Amino acid sequence: MQLKVWTYEGPPHIGAIRVAASLRKVHCVLHAPQGDSYADLLFTMIERRGERPPVTYTSFKAQDLGADLAELTKARVREAAERHRPELMLVAESCTAELMQDQAGALAQGLGLPVPVVPLELSAYSRQENWGASETFYQVIRRVLHRQVPAPGAPPRQRPEGARPRANLLGPTALGFRCRDDVTEVTRLLGSIGVEVGVVAPLGASPSDLARIPEADFNCCLYPEVALTTCGWLERMFRQPTVKTVPIGVGATRDFLREVGALAGVEVEPAATAEASRLPWYAHSVDATYLTGKRVFVFGDATHAIAAARIAAEELGLAVVGLGSYSRELGRDVRAAARTHGVEPLITDDYLEVEARVAELRPELVLGTQMERHIAKRLGIPCAVIAAPFHVQDCPARYAPQMGFEGANVIFDTWVHPLMMGLEEHLLTMFRSDFEFHDEAPPSHLAATESAAPAPQPGPTERELKRIPFFVRGKARRNTELFATDRGIQTITRETLYDAKAHFGR
Amino acid sequence: MNGRARPLPVGEAASLPLLRERGPCASFCGLSSILWLHRRMRDAFFLVVGSRTCAHLLQSAAGVMIFAEPRFATAILEERDLAGSADCQQELDRVVDRLLERRPDIRTLFLVGTCPSELIKLDLEKAAERLTARAGAGVKVLAFTGSGIETGFTQGEDQCLAALVPELPALAAGARNLLVIGTLADLVQDQIARLLGALGIGPVHFLPPADSHDLPPIGSGTDVLFAQPFFNSSARLLADRGARLLTAPFPFGVEGTRAWLAAAASAWEIPAERLAEVIAAPAARAEQAITRYREVLAGRRLSFLPDSQLEIPLARFLARECGVELIEVGTPYLDRRAMQPELDLLPPGVRLCEGQDVDRQLDRVAADRPDLTVCGLGLANPLEAQGLRTKWSIELVFTPIHGFEQAGDLAELFARPLIRAARLRV
Repeated sequence: MQLKVWTYEGPPHIGAIRVAASLRKVHCVLHAPQGDSYADLLFTMIERRGERPPVTYTSFKAQDLGADLAELTKARVREAAERHRPELMLVAESCTAELMQDQAGALAQGLGLPVPVVPLELSAYSRQENWGASETFYQVIRRVLHRQVPAPGAPPRQRPEGARPRANLLGPTALGFRCRDDVTEVTRLLGSIGVEVGVVAPLGASPSDLARIPEADFNCCLYPEVALTTCGWLERMFRQPTVKTVPIGVGATRDFLREVGALAGVEVEPAATAEASRLPWYAHSVDATYLTGKRVFVFGDATHAIAAARIAAEELGLAVVGLGSYSRELGRDVRAAARTHGVEPLITDDYLEVEARVAELRPELVLGTQMERHIAKRLGIPCAVIAAPFHVQDCPARYAPQMGFEGANVIFDTWVHPLMMGLEEHLLTMFRSDFEFHDEAPPSHLAATESAAPAPQPGPTERELKRIPFFVRGKARRNTELFATDRGIQTITRETLYDAKAHFGR
Repeated sequence: MNGRARPLPVGEAASLPLLRERGPCASFCGLSSILWLHRRMRDAFFLVVGSRTCAHLLQSAAGVMIFAEPRFATAILEERDLAGSADCQQELDRVVDRLLERRPDIRTLFLVGTCPSELIKLDLEKAAERLTARAGAGVKVLAFTGSGIETGFTQGEDQCLAALVPELPALAAGARNLLVIGTLADLVQDQIARLLGALGIGPVHFLPPADSHDLPPIGSGTDVLFAQPFFNSSARLLADRGARLLTAPFPFGVEGTRAWLAAAASAWEIPAERLAEVIAAPAARAEQAITRYREVLAGRRLSFLPDSQLEIPLARFLARECGVELIEVGTPYLDRRAMQPELDLLPPGVRLCEGQDVDRQLDRVAADRPDLTVCGLGLANPLEAQGLRTKWSIELVFTPIHGFEQAGDLAELFARPLIRAARLRV
């Protein structure tokens, strides 16, 4: 039993619904009690979708338990097939139905429907949403492509003479962070080096589209949480290589182009080195000096957290003080990334643990999910959202990709926005007693509705600490405590504060 | 209308066509009641004992509106709990200890049962008794179910209050009180207490209370007025404790509020003239406030999809006081004891629908094309995308809409989507 205040991921059937809602001409029957239909609102409210996700809930109730629940399930599957006429049906169970062991998938397969039925085994009590999405995508792809798998030893498919290199984009889903815009951006990016996009899946693909996946030269695994398993299978079965670099950030976008270039045999250097993003210039501009060494804590799914840490360190000159992820399946990648930044990785889905780590590290900026936004708000730290789960506010109307060169522009703007700008910081340091311009005042370009008031504490050292502007005070306090502990200093005085400052630098 | 507490004869309702449907649902389970209950009882905490789905439901429904750390959490059952390798009762003790340590402000802890906890027959009542003894003085642990197999949406509040009823102290023999059942906004509660006080009815108590240990007394001298129509289980338990249940239309709009107060007045033998005198000013204000929105609403065609159980009383208000033409009124279930006074007031010809088959209901909405459809959160945008105007039913559970002073606000809630549609030029 686990105590949860908030959860990062939903149950695995939500992942299945995300894949169903991404695909076209696919319908899912979910064996579940009536309340589980809340899943609709994730799509219609958070993403403001204009149609319900393609799911029929069996909506069983107490009185059905005694009666023949199998008949109810079969009737719902038949009705859904009749009403929606999909090219492919998914049958899944939510946590409650899994306990009842009705075998909804097998029941549906036994109906002799005129469409392929893919039963899903989702392990509701040990797995989570992204695993459910990955498993569903994998099962669908296997079902659609199993007849096309070449015989062992057959020569790999050759690109037809004169044809442009072709890539599939795998992994974008409904309710994925900025997936829709990422697809547009990556398609444009590949176009700039003469690579065409074959199938984008699951987002927007019908089963007939999926059948064309083997026609591409390689697959771009844009969101490993959803597509890595499928890409691995395609690699083994169809000898389609996988481009594994996720093009989030300027450096990663260049690496992505080079990886694609090597596979496709096309020249990418002009595109990779063109000044296609404003991020590098903005980061070099004197105005951004104030970002130097600002302490940032990063948490999200593995894809976005790893990318964000690299951007923070290499492209904005921030100091990554913490890196973590709730994606246990990709924990190894997160650990490796944390090593390169010299920080302790935090692989957990326990919100309380993340909160404790943020409180302990006292960063100056938090990059996280909607949950870290709660944490940062509570601790009075600026925050930007970089990954799901996200609020309706983080599903913007404007074009706002994370991937590619335009994505890098969006990221620069989004992350810098919650921070106080350089000259404002200096003025604040100079004139500590200004009544409009004090500790509790938020950055002047943001609405003055929130205040970050650290509890006032007495004592000369605390008073001295108070004179340090609040946005570096956390770091100063931490450094001083570290300094004192290392040297066995029992009482921290004003002198210790300045000694520590001299020792660590700003 | 001259209100009295009366067992109403079956009037118009008998002739209303009733459509019963069973099919796929688009509604929340009883857990969603926690969204407002945890705000109402400030020293209470709701620990849902269920699956990741339960946690996700609460967070998704609440995530739309809650930013602060809520006074609810989920103890998520894992594989080892189900496989029997962990003792669920011991696990629950451990989770509750951690919770109480983190939140020492908790004075009443509700263990909330769910579909999975019921299927594995996890006895939360037993756990509550044990934990009350363990937690020591000052913390009371109670259990109720919010399972989606047993309850829908607002029925969670019914189950929660039913868990509180046995805890209510006994009313002294010979004493009288009036008990109002159902979560109300603080402001509304004060207004109602003032009006009843002016009528000479008192003491007036409210359940659930803001302070979970401040429980009202109950006994044979208690008259119960229901502020909401979804208290089927609580009603039975209140009657078992000797209380007299008053039946009346619900206090929405001028007519509903007047009849509701009249039921209390009649039970307390307050002369009708006195009632008329006390409510004259607020009723007139309410009528005036509604008038402005009647211009927008009159003649508009409206459908309710079944969701919160408030559909029938609100339909009655809209039809009789705002001139709305009702196309279809859906209700999750029809509780005749609670609803008869409302059914009697519904205009003839209304299509009444009990239960849900969401696909068929949406087919009818698409065919009827009402000017406004009241529906659950998940359905609203898809209907808007078809060019139909909608109102979230959950908003009507959260917003102060009861009583005279809120009657105008209630009308405005329905008028707003129509006013908005008329404004937009894109």
